[in-house]
Amino acid sequence: MKILVCISHVPDTTAKINFTNGDSEFDTNGVQFVINPNDEFGLTRAIWFKEQAGATVTVVNVGGTDAEATLRKALAIGADEAIRVNAAPTDGFFVAKQLAEVVKNGGYDLVIAGKESLDYNGGMVPGMLAALLGFDFVNGTIKLDVNGSSATAVREIDGGKETLSATLPLVIAGQKGLVEEKDLRIPNMRGIMAARTKALTILEPTGATAATKSVKFEKPAPKSAVKLISPDNLDELVNLLHNEAKVI
Amino acid sequence: MSILIYAESAEGKFKKTAFELASYAKKIAAQTGTTVTALSINVTDNQALAAYGVDKVLKVTNDKLKAFNAKAIADVIKQAAQKESAKIVLFSSNTDSLYIAPLVAVALEAGYASNVVGLPESTSPFQVKRHAFSNKAFTITEITTDVKVLAIGKNSFGLVEAAGSATEEAFSPSLNDNDFTVKVESSEKVSGKVTIADAEVVVSGGRGLKGPENWGLIEDLAAAFGAATACSKPVSDLGWRPHSEHVGQTGKPVAANLYVAVGISGAIQHIAGINSSKVKVVINADPEAPFFKVADYGVVGDAFDILPKLTEKIKAFKAQNS
Repeated sequence: MKILVCISHVPDTTAKINFTNGDSEFDTNGVQFVINPNDEFGLTRAIWFKEQAGATVTVVNVGGTDAEATLRKALAIGADEAIRVNAAPTDGFFVAKQLAEVVKNGGYDLVIAGKESLDYNGGMVPGMLAALLGFDFVNGTIKLDVNGSSATAVREIDGGKETLSATLPLVIAGQKGLVEEKDLRIPNMRGIMAARTKALTILEPTGATAATKSVKFEKPAPKSAVKLISPDNLDELVNLLHNEAKVI
Repeated sequence: MSILIYAESAEGKFKKTAFELASYAKKIAAQTGTTVTALSINVTDNQALAAYGVDKVLKVTNDKLKAFNAKAIADVIKQAAQKESAKIVLFSSNTDSLYIAPLVAVALEAGYASNVVGLPESTSPFQVKRHAFSNKAFTITEITTDVKVLAIGKNSFGLVEAAGSATEEAFSPSLNDNDFTVKVESSEKVSGKVTIADAEVVVSGGRGLKGPENWGLIEDLAAAFGAATACSKPVSDLGWRPHSEHVGQTGKPVAANLYVAVGISGAIQHIAGINSSKVKVVINADPEAPFFKVADYGVVGDAFDILPKLTEKIKAFKAQNS
């Protein structure tokens, strides 16, 4: 089985979000970048398949040279090779078209991507990629097993979960649950050394046009100070929720 | 030209988000001088949408669509959009709609924006404001394609009633076997409990509750509010509560009217996940807890003392006001 794991290079979850250049760009100053958490669950599951069933795992990112450190980390965790498509990931449709080209040329059976990235939160690339390729697709996947060319996936639904069967080739949008958090791997020294000699191929983008563009960013309006209510005066809280906030 | 909404339903009835979507669509239709068409699948009472401004309902009745199938529904929506020459196709942010929307965007060669808050900032050029960076910021996104697909964020547009009636038209899209290759084998739904996705009020507990045996206090308060229960990441990591209750940046997002956080310090990742909730109440013993900085109302004190009292007060309030 040939697995492709799509990796977004995103600000760490604790990063302060600021903008620069007239609020048109994300300010990367002092920001630590990581593998998008939803992607890391998928990567870990892919490596599990590699160890259990002898799959090969390729990681891919659409982005600039700065994303290479994140790809090297994925290699250190256990991926076999990496691909970077040399283009700014400004629009989900554009990114999906780049990835579709990589999948077609590489003949992958299983593509795993995160349900959404923690920066743009679009939640669109995996579905778009599947539609472009004509592959089966499961969104919001919290469990995945593959047996030959058939796959069983469990997805989260509002208020529960649903078990689905699908056939490879397949695109999976993964999230927490695909593996447990405690099973995520921290690269060890051996992995880091090995990653240095693994192939990282740089591809030039295909000429797809973007369907959207980000015009500018805004930060939420500053919040007014909290109203503190004494624990001995909870009637006041009920009163405020009813008459002021009007939520009960 | 018209605006098409995918009116999500369950067991033959529209979900509340279908009415919100209709209200939203009507507002854009009025601004741009067009009409609203809704697509409904296996729904009996379609006139319910007329009260929120829908002009026309395309009714699909098909047993093959009784079990959820994203690819097949995306195919139906694509055909409906083409039949109506829809320039804007709208989805809610329910799990199923978010599964379908990207497939429809590709089928219609349309730019797609999700997590949209409020009405478009401008319709020419077409610009919408959306949540980004896990609710820590907004981005103004311009969609440059002829057809636009939008998913409207939870609780970001209310219900607006409109007088009128809707024309109903039976619609029989052509479906092929290829649409049904992913099959639902089984589904498990918690019954009789309010889900985090649908809840108007969410009561959430953190490590301050000291152990899973104390969760009855959270459940009682939630029951008094008619709320869903949720928890912080450490609580789900410790196994006190199931992962499905974990809310935050890497868990479920919450966009409720009221979010009550008990014994949660308010790590930046937790706040990011719940920040689209309208009103936040924080109960914490530590007056320095960062959560108080983003809360609307705060109570500093012992949760074990406050929760039973607050539960009684909410019960009394509900009894009086129902």
